[in-house]
Amino acid sequence: MGFLSYLINGISLGSVYAIIALGYTMVYGIAKMLNFAHGDVIMIGAYVVLTAITGGINPLVAVLISMVVCTVLGMTIEKVAYKPLRNAASPLAVLITAIGISYLLQNIALIVFGAAPKSFPDFIKVPALKLAGGELVISGVAMVTIGACVVIVVALTFFVNRTKQGRAMKAVSEDKGAAQLMGINVNATISLTFAIGSALAAIAGVLLCAAYPSVTPYTGAMPGIKAFTAAVFGGIGSIPGAMIGGILLGVIEIFGKAYISSQVADAIVFSVLIIVLLVKPTGLFGKNIQEKV
Amino acid sequence: MKNKKRLLSAALVAVMLVAVVAGCGKKDSGDSSSSEGSETFKIGGIGPLTGPAAVYGIAVQNGADLAVKEINEAGGINGKQVEFKMEDDTHDAEKAVNAYNTLKDWGMQMLMGTVTSDPCIAVEAEAEADNMFLITPSGTAVDCIKGGNAFRLCFSDPTQGIKAAEYIGEHGVGKKIGVIYDSSSSYSKGIYENFAKEADNHDLEVVAAEAFTADSNKDFTVQLKKIKDAGADVVFLPIYYDETALILKQAKDMEFDTTFFGCDGLDGLLSVEGFDTSLAEGVMLLTPFAANAEDELTKKFVADFDAAYSQTPIQFAADGYDAIYAIKAAAEEGGITPDMSASDICDALVTSMTKIELKGLTGTISWADDGEPDKEPKAAIIEGGEYVMK
Repeated sequence: MGFLSYLINGISLGSVYAIIALGYTMVYGIAKMLNFAHGDVIMIGAYVVLTAITGGINPLVAVLISMVVCTVLGMTIEKVAYKPLRNAASPLAVLITAIGISYLLQNIALIVFGAAPKSFPDFIKVPALKLAGGELVISGVAMVTIGACVVIVVALTFFVNRTKQGRAMKAVSEDKGAAQLMGINVNATISLTFAIGSALAAIAGVLLCAAYPSVTPYTGAMPGIKAFTAAVFGGIGSIPGAMIGGILLGVIEIFGKAYISSQVADAIVFSVLIIVLLVKPTGLFGKNIQEKV
Repeated sequence: MKNKKRLLSAALVAVMLVAVVAGCGKKDSGDSSSSEGSETFKIGGIGPLTGPAAVYGIAVQNGADLAVKEINEAGGINGKQVEFKMEDDTHDAEKAVNAYNTLKDWGMQMLMGTVTSDPCIAVEAEAEADNMFLITPSGTAVDCIKGGNAFRLCFSDPTQGIKAAEYIGEHGVGKKIGVIYDSSSSYSKGIYENFAKEADNHDLEVVAAEAFTADSNKDFTVQLKKIKDAGADVVFLPIYYDETALILKQAKDMEFDTTFFGCDGLDGLLSVEGFDTSLAEGVMLLTPFAANAEDELTKKFVADFDAAYSQTPIQFAADGYDAIYAIKAAAEEGGITPDMSASDICDALVTSMTKIELKGLTGTISWADDGEPDKEPKAAIIEGGEYVMK
């Protein structure tokens, strides 16, 4: 029974990583850049929901407001900080800018919301599921998180493969220049990617803080890094890869804590990552694209 | 091209020289102004005013500010007014050392700080080299007061661990102990190790000791489940309040009903904005200060604090307040004056600290030669959203 319970905890933690990882993977797949500020957009999303709910707004409306705010924020960051550097000589320039934006968002939150942790309201009122005579408890938040993760992955896969804008994204991800020649508006497509990624960040923020109800300006930083790891693990650029990578990461983390040692859980997670990358350098679902000379 | 380079390097050397000379000049004039005919004592403070541990730093700052205001209104120390200046270290050792240097440039003569352990260890090394008097209100790691110049107002980590085991044993809180500690924090690890050593002496059995690190401090379900399965009847939490808030929530979700027992890091739990205080019902903690204590000193402090900052003070505020009064008592005992150098003040205070007895908010305190305080441990239990002294 212990095993099942750990497995469920792992999947539920992993689902949060997975939703965050989707944002990383989409942006990387299309814009070929690591948006290190993604974790901090999550934090802003969580604060917006918290503020809205405290102000007496219906939780569902609050989540929608937060998605709008994050979308606008994500698109603004892209326009102001990333787009001018897209054709810079070194890809490092935009990476460093992303790290800068990450610190900027953290410091703004520090000034606006203060450093003290705030407790996140317990608004997901789904009753816990009790199995095997109360031995196995699956919390409501865990079920909602796992459910949301599956819905988002299915919807995104459909969007990317079946809609015009989605196909445009795929085209841009494969060859920006050729896509432009085919009449695709590359700038608008990249903007759309950031919009979707940031709206996902808002949802991830809500689910992260519902599961672990404490918000600080640094809330997004560490989950952001773990989710980035998950995206690489699953094969960066791949949507199903991000989901599987996230869930595996969560499960490995929890199992490492449970069966090996709670002190070295993170070391175990990253060792597994190194082994996977040694065997399969593009990640579990990554495509091996050969560069033509 | 070559000439241009040479010109450039010459110019750079010139700029550097000017900077060095200017730096020296500034330092010299700063030193002389603080030692010549200065009419006020300058006490510096260092602590996290922003960042994840800001609750502690701000509380210490507020408590200290209140004490300085009272002292100045009552005529100062040895008839001289006191200036107090607090610098932010964001709970980071490197920034703390920078803050220390900033305060030295300001003319600091005594240091009240730092607030948290890891930065304190770094600053203490600097202060020892400078022979600057240091009293930490709340730095609990043993190494915070390694030098002869340093004193401590709160209990050290080993003392907290030992006193916690003593309290649990003597008051029959439980027999089988589960522990969740932060293996990446010297504070948490220090308390845990000494608690584990002392537990045997009180017939307590540590049935599960689970760790987490600062990088994975969100999910505690595994640790809680292992402790629950081990049959613990008390969970000892030598950690800070933000993780504790999450642990209490997750324990409730998995229907783990037990007694949680913590140390001074749990103080602040009830002031987390939006925290459901019913989760903390029955949580016990070792703390030398409770805002609802009935003695005159506490009542006055709580009323003044509320008037100044519209909030109830936590233990760290009381620590900051007491630390300033400890400096005052020692300064009066040693008869120091503001025109003495920081090093002379330190020598005088180190001798007088061991002679004073401070009736403070956190108990009646006297100090040993090694800088450790001697006072009674007290425990509080959270009932109806308030700390109640046991």
